[in-house]
Amino acid sequence: MKALHKFLTDKIEPHFVKGGKLEKIWPVYDGFATFLFVPGHATHKGAHIRDAIDLKRTMIMVVLAMVPALLFGMFNVGHQHYLATGESAEFMDKFLYGAIKVLPIVIVSYSVGLGVEFLFCIIKKHSINEGFLVSGMLIPLILPADIPLWMVAVATIFAVVIGKEVFGGTGMNILNVALVARAFLFFAYPTYMSGDMWVGMDNRKGYEVVKEGLVDGYTGATNLAQAADASFAGHFRNVSGVGYENTFIDSFLGLIPGSIGETSTLAILLGGLFLVIIGVGSWRIMLSVFTGAYVMGLIFNLVAGDNAFMAMPAHYHLVFGGLAFGAVFMATDPVSAAQTNLGKVIYGFGIGVLCILIRVVNPAYPEGMMLAILFFNVMAPLIDYYVVQGNIKSRVKRLKLATNGNK
Amino acid sequence: MSNVIRIKKGLDIKLKGEAEKITVSPENVDTVVISPLDFHGSVPKLSVNIGDNVKAGTPLFYDKLRPSVQFTSPVSGEVIEINRGEKRKILSIRVLADKTTEYVDFGKSDPLSLSREEIIDRITRSGVWPAIKQRPFDVIANPEHAPKSVVISAFDSAPLAPDMDFVVHGCGNEFQTGLNALSKLAPAVFLNVHASRTKSEIFLKAKNVTINTFDGPHPSGNVGVQIHLTQPINKGETVWTMHPQDVVILGRLFTEGRYNATKVVALTGSEIVKRRYVKVISGAPVKNIIDGNYTPDKELRIIGGNVLTGNHIHETGNLGYYHNQLTVIPEGKEPELFGWLLPGLNKFSASKTFFSWLTPSKQYSLDTSQHGEDRAFVVTGEYEKVFPMNIYPVYLLKSILANDIEQMENLGIYEVAPEDFALCEFVCTSKINSQEIVRKGLDMLMEEMM
Repeated sequence: MKALHKFLTDKIEPHFVKGGKLEKIWPVYDGFATFLFVPGHATHKGAHIRDAIDLKRTMIMVVLAMVPALLFGMFNVGHQHYLATGESAEFMDKFLYGAIKVLPIVIVSYSVGLGVEFLFCIIKKHSINEGFLVSGMLIPLILPADIPLWMVAVATIFAVVIGKEVFGGTGMNILNVALVARAFLFFAYPTYMSGDMWVGMDNRKGYEVVKEGLVDGYTGATNLAQAADASFAGHFRNVSGVGYENTFIDSFLGLIPGSIGETSTLAILLGGLFLVIIGVGSWRIMLSVFTGAYVMGLIFNLVAGDNAFMAMPAHYHLVFGGLAFGAVFMATDPVSAAQTNLGKVIYGFGIGVLCILIRVVNPAYPEGMMLAILFFNVMAPLIDYYVVQGNIKSRVKRLKLATNGNK
Repeated sequence: MSNVIRIKKGLDIKLKGEAEKITVSPENVDTVVISPLDFHGSVPKLSVNIGDNVKAGTPLFYDKLRPSVQFTSPVSGEVIEINRGEKRKILSIRVLADKTTEYVDFGKSDPLSLSREEIIDRITRSGVWPAIKQRPFDVIANPEHAPKSVVISAFDSAPLAPDMDFVVHGCGNEFQTGLNALSKLAPAVFLNVHASRTKSEIFLKAKNVTINTFDGPHPSGNVGVQIHLTQPINKGETVWTMHPQDVVILGRLFTEGRYNATKVVALTGSEIVKRRYVKVISGAPVKNIIDGNYTPDKELRIIGGNVLTGNHIHETGNLGYYHNQLTVIPEGKEPELFGWLLPGLNKFSASKTFFSWLTPSKQYSLDTSQHGEDRAFVVTGEYEKVFPMNIYPVYLLKSILANDIEQMENLGIYEVAPEDFALCEFVCTSKINSQEIVRKGLDMLMEEMM
């Protein structure tokens, strides 16, 4: 290890420091060097010892937390595909089919995103930030498996540049970077983010599925799309057109069509539990999103009348669509979320309520999580403002009491 | 005893190297150094020249802004060096110590029979006054102020901190005399003790004071936290604070009639071989105190004070005016391959991202590695877990960075001192030096008020 470090600092570093041939791309070297080695900086002011944690560690932990969702997503892409075609397939067949669909998206997202990051670091002459380690994994997990790779690339560039770098880089962005990518695709290429896109297929014309070789009852609609349909009567069908044995359990496990990483509430909760235990994810936000969504679902149940979607059991909302994924991995992004503890609860609850509101009331958007989170990303500073203002007011009041008491 | 005030938020960093309860005295301390840099916010003006002979208690310099506050020599002898830096700034004054110390006689008396003015006059002349600090601003108290109280924390909760019971052991009379003097300076004197760790009757049976009991992890011993929880400082109010050891020195000023700045310093840290308490004069050379008593062949850092708030002292340096502890830990400059990925069983973290959290009672010998690079604020909710005040720490720091004085006041800057942010700085993922930022904010406000 010492030899490697010596090689790095003696042989390679001189090219990149000031005066070296490659001084302009110092951030690239710095990025790779600090990726290999946690640098041996000693404290020079303030506390002499420091906590072992750094941003790389935090970000890697979040990426690890997403691994269950990613692996399950790969399996499920294959599972949905073979359901649609009616072919019988082993576990490994399904997993491999999904892996071949999903891995290229992950690779494109990371390489394009990091490329843009490096470019900005070179232009602005600051060191590489770790933020994209997480965004680069989030982006594939919230896209459909059949999304064209060039769209992934364009969306990633848009998200990193407009979502983050124009604000000053990691830590300064207002919106969740990965959701900016998804929102970009959602509004720029709506047909690729809806309808039949949620099941991995071999044969497509643009976004349309070529229905040859598929089972008779095939439907590509997600549960939410089915619920939002006018003909919905309270029964959900899977991709092959057969009713679920147990809609809630199947959805909880994730055996439903949807974005790559969002379907399995179980895998997501595993990741969420991990994040909460190690203290990286905010349990306040996660819990309040679920609570908000459930409460809103119950309210709709009360006023449902003969509207089948409103009458859908409230707990279905928690396992359908992107709610769980959004609650655990997107709403908790510390930079774009509320920052005060009370603010986090309000913020999370608001996301949950708004998500269900959009799902049920707005016919144009069967899924509301993305818009709910983006909306509350924008609202977060305002929520915090009022929370902090409360603290300020109590201090002013205390001062008044003290001065009156002295008189 | 009244109710126990329990502090839940905080963090005890378990380090190797606590001092054993043995007191030793080093041989021949031949020179002492007094540095004006120890006294933040004061402007030194020399009263002596090289070659002058001084007694213990003779002024070496005074504060230009408050000329009554004298800084005196802790030993008798000859002034042999005045070290100046850029713009002739005085960095330190070295006094060659006599074999036997001669003292300036300030007269023995009972503080309870003296007036407030007489007491203040004696303390400021003797050189004990700088030990009285004030909140807000965490600087030497202004003798012209009328504080609402004097607060003394009778326990130190910082990592490897000296055991205050042991430090004042045998000085009961002096300590009580010091408290008596303080009780004439302010309408109330608060002595804050720990629910289980404070056992000494010197504290528990102290008279002319109100005793408050605290419990919980560090920073429960920080006087700033204690003030915040019992009598938060409003704009315009002042509270004075003093370290128990300095209360003893203050007591001696009345029982012995002289400035006797002998203190008991805890010698701590993983790299000290024989960890113990050393009885030594203020300003003594670090070399005399440590006396070769450390692990050889290792790059070490000597810290005056504790690992969170102390000052880096060179091995040829001297004990500072406010130091009651010396800590020696290894320097950490080794880069680490894939350090962000390894399980990290030997790494201490307040988060649970390293598996060391599975062994909660393990003691660590941490080095000075920063463990990562400087970043912008990213992670939230982290400071709040170790910051037991009803203040939003990150918002306060940001208001300071934005030079927004009104917002600083609104967010409670009068209630904090840099040391209160030491744990925030320790746990920070982005490695933000919050103590420095708070100091900057306080200085900005002080300037504004002058």
